[in-house]
Amino acid sequence: MTTEAATIGLTHGGSEDTGLGHRGPESKSIVVPYGFWLFVLSDMVLFSALFASYATLVHATDGGPTTNQLFDRNLVAVETIALLVSSFVCGLAMITAKRANMMWTQAWLLLTGLLGAVFLFIELYEFTKMVAEGAGPQRSAFLSAFFTLVGCHGAHVTAGLLWLGTMMAQIWAKGFQQHIIRRLLCFSIFWHALDIIWVAIFTIVYLIGTLP
Amino acid sequence: MTENEDDLIDVAPGSPHNNIVSESVAYVIGLGLALGLTAVSFWVASTSSLWGPGVATGLVVLAIAQMGVHLVFFLHMTSGPDNTNNILALAFGVLIVFLVMVGTIWIMAHMNANMSVSPELMNLQMQH
Repeated sequence: MTTEAATIGLTHGGSEDTGLGHRGPESKSIVVPYGFWLFVLSDMVLFSALFASYATLVHATDGGPTTNQLFDRNLVAVETIALLVSSFVCGLAMITAKRANMMWTQAWLLLTGLLGAVFLFIELYEFTKMVAEGAGPQRSAFLSAFFTLVGCHGAHVTAGLLWLGTMMAQIWAKGFQQHIIRRLLCFSIFWHALDIIWVAIFTIVYLIGTLP
Repeated sequence: MTENEDDLIDVAPGSPHNNIVSESVAYVIGLGLALGLTAVSFWVASTSSLWGPGVATGLVVLAIAQMGVHLVFFLHMTSGPDNTNNILALAFGVLIVFLVMVGTIWIMAHMNANMSVSPELMNLQMQH
């Protein structure tokens, strides 16, 4: 087997691992998060298109309200901290889940969800306030791009909260089985990725948008 | 106890730990760095003591740094063998994101600059 492999090339000095898959497929604990990671990266490519259209249209206000008039930095700071701590607590939930600690896992996941809900609540408050002021998505190209970009992130957070609730129920009902842990791992990747996208949003949309 | 201390010292920040303390410490370090970078971002955006035209660039750099912190400490991107594929996929993702964003902004800014019509010319066209 080794000699056969050694004739194929790309071998590493007699190592059995040729990098050509001779050892068979990786374990599910590697392959499943990898596949989900590919999905998350494609999601980031989707967001990059929304960021690009936002950056192109940010000055196309059609005489309507501009970024400086609309955005409130204090509100964004609270949103940012809520989502960041939520991401951190999700990591703590993964640590306790690996040790099959039901009480702490459920507690951390609940806190993750509550902080995510705080984020979502503030975002919805901001959106309804803007729409009430006549700065809805149909006002200008800038606002259409804004609501598409930030709303798409908010929709992801909403989906994440539904997934989180499902995972809490599954852990409760089925216990810490291998496939449940893998699903939870995928959820944590999703949740951390949403925080990464939010870093780009609060920098590009809110901070750079409200520079004097 | 010495084994635990070794874990704390020897293991890369994002790589899998076997020790609940060092695992939690990695997340706490990540949270601390992310909170610090966020605070610096908000400070940079509000202060007037920095050179104005450079602030936006600085904010983008801070954001990229914070994304790196999230990738290493929360998403456990490492240089370990199990992570090679994840890193390669990430590199490809970054390439596409870079092409889409920089390409769009670059092209659209140039089109905007070149398509602008002076008021006199606009007036001439209106009269036809």
